Amino acid sequence: MNIIVCIKRVPETTDADIFIDKTGKGIDKSGLVFDLNEWDSYAIEEAILLKEKLGGTVTVLSMGGEDTNESIRKCLAMGADDALRLTDSAFEGSDGFATAKVLAEAIRKMPYDLIFTGTQAEDDGYGQVGVTLAEFLGIPHAALVNRIEVQDKKVKAHRELEGGLEEVVEIDLPAVLTIQTGINEPRYVSIMGIRKVAKKEIKVLKTSDLNLKPEEVGLAGSDIRLEKLFLPPVGEGAEMLEGKPEDVATKVFDILKDKGGLA
Amino acid sequence: MKEIIVVAEHRRGELRDVTWEMLSKGRQLAESTSAELGVALLGKGMNPLAEALKPKVKRVLLIEDPRLEAFNPETYKKVLIQLITERKPFLTLIGHTAMGMDYAPRLAASLKMPLATDCIGIEAKDESLSLIRQLYGGKVNAEVSFTKKGPFMVTVRPGAFPVVEKEPLAGEIVSIPSPLTDEGLARRFVEFVEAAAGEVDITQADILVSVGRGIKEIANIPIVKELADALGAPLACSRPVVDKKWLPKGCQVGTSGKTVKPKVYIAVGISGAFQHIAGMKGAGTIIAINKDPKAPIFSVAQYGIVGDLFKIVPVIKDKIKQLKK
Repeated sequence: MNIIVCIKRVPETTDADIFIDKTGKGIDKSGLVFDLNEWDSYAIEEAILLKEKLGGTVTVLSMGGEDTNESIRKCLAMGADDALRLTDSAFEGSDGFATAKVLAEAIRKMPYDLIFTGTQAEDDGYGQVGVTLAEFLGIPHAALVNRIEVQDKKVKAHRELEGGLEEVVEIDLPAVLTIQTGINEPRYVSIMGIRKVAKKEIKVLKTSDLNLKPEEVGLAGSDIRLEKLFLPPVGEGAEMLEGKPEDVATKVFDILKDKGGLA
Repeated sequence: MKEIIVVAEHRRGELRDVTWEMLSKGRQLAESTSAELGVALLGKGMNPLAEALKPKVKRVLLIEDPRLEAFNPETYKKVLIQLITERKPFLTLIGHTAMGMDYAPRLAASLKMPLATDCIGIEAKDESLSLIRQLYGGKVNAEVSFTKKGPFMVTVRPGAFPVVEKEPLAGEIVSIPSPLTDEGLARRFVEFVEAAAGEVDITQADILVSVGRGIKEIANIPIVKELADALGAPLACSRPVVDKKWLPKGCQVGTSGKTVKPKVYIAVGISGAFQHIAGMKGAGTIIAINKDPKAPIFSVAQYGIVGDLFKIVPVIKDKIKQLKK
């Protein structure tokens, strides 16, 4: 089973304060920590689990700058075998459609049975790259996968629907699966583990290596363009309970009694 | 005449909320652009749904085929390529749902049609559209536009557009022949599986205590569980807690978990991703405890406590135990 996993390095913003930069089209990333996109960490883990069970190889593929190596090395330390980075200034401004196009051109030259992507990225959240990639490659797909069983020449995949429902589908290989969080427990990677793969080769390809023209990628090859960023309008907002913890606790008790019928 | 087409989403014989939301938004856009609103309905035995949709649109574009009984992105793609190629709607709206995310990107790429996903705002602007999407988990909004000419496809975030009641329309049902054949599919539907029910039913409680990523590790869960116990309330949680296997799936509140409407919902260490808010915004009163004063949870909560949950929650638990006596 040869598996390609498409990954992305993203800023960690869950617990961070976000400021829009002077251009109005980006955020100030200076104080932010970057890491492997959360969905992708589940995708790479799932690929490695399958490799451990069935043999084969796991190849990491990422479009991004040189600093993407950090996330690629994390995947190699987890157990991926090879890595390929797609780097070109012409890729800047790529939306989900253009990203899928670039990934597809790289993948055409590689052997594979399965391709995994995260269901979406934490930063721009398009949730479209994997499914678009499947269209470019002309192979079947399933999105939001939270369980996989490989059978002969096909996989049985569970798709996560709304309200706790799952849809089980059977897909012929090769196929693209977009992986949902919670499918497994991504393994921990130590600093020592990352050091061990520090010298491993990460191949780099650019536009001209991919049979793509500059106008087919980046903003020129994208469907959508960012006009401006703004902070989401806040609603009326909560009444803030302030004071000593004991006083706050008493207020909470009063609310519970009043609104929750607490005896 | 210009046309806007909403692709209806239905599952197990019922139209899903996002369909009505798209029709409401679609009607407003149709009125502002002098377009007609249509809804594409694909499936088997769709007449009751077609009747229900009639008052919302100019026409119901009905494609009946036994091969459309279960959703499949391959059959949807084939049918919608034919429909869109023939009718040339200037805008096609699809839900950004587990179903829409599973076919819209392929359909758009196949039609070479520009696509904007997960939109929470859509306005007609000149001959194009201005769209609002969210970035960084909802911390930033982005205004985006299409780089190319239409026709366009937009996927719509569930819950983003309210259903506004308007004068009913005299919609007609137009039956369209299905282009599907018995040719084999590379992906086949097998079955639906319900997530295992939890030990406690979190949808029936008057008071619900819910814990999120802010709890940091599984060893800390008892801190919040003790508060729930003191209140006689079940413990619920947000998605990251289930993803990390700290609590079972049956405890999860949100789009992919349960929708709850307790009298009081206490959110502990939950930042308030829209998927979570979608599952609990119907609570009578929401109390949120979070260290980040900018957390989106505070914009839906009636009461907020900014601070360290590890210090605050035990004090609240003790106070409740003491005052309940």
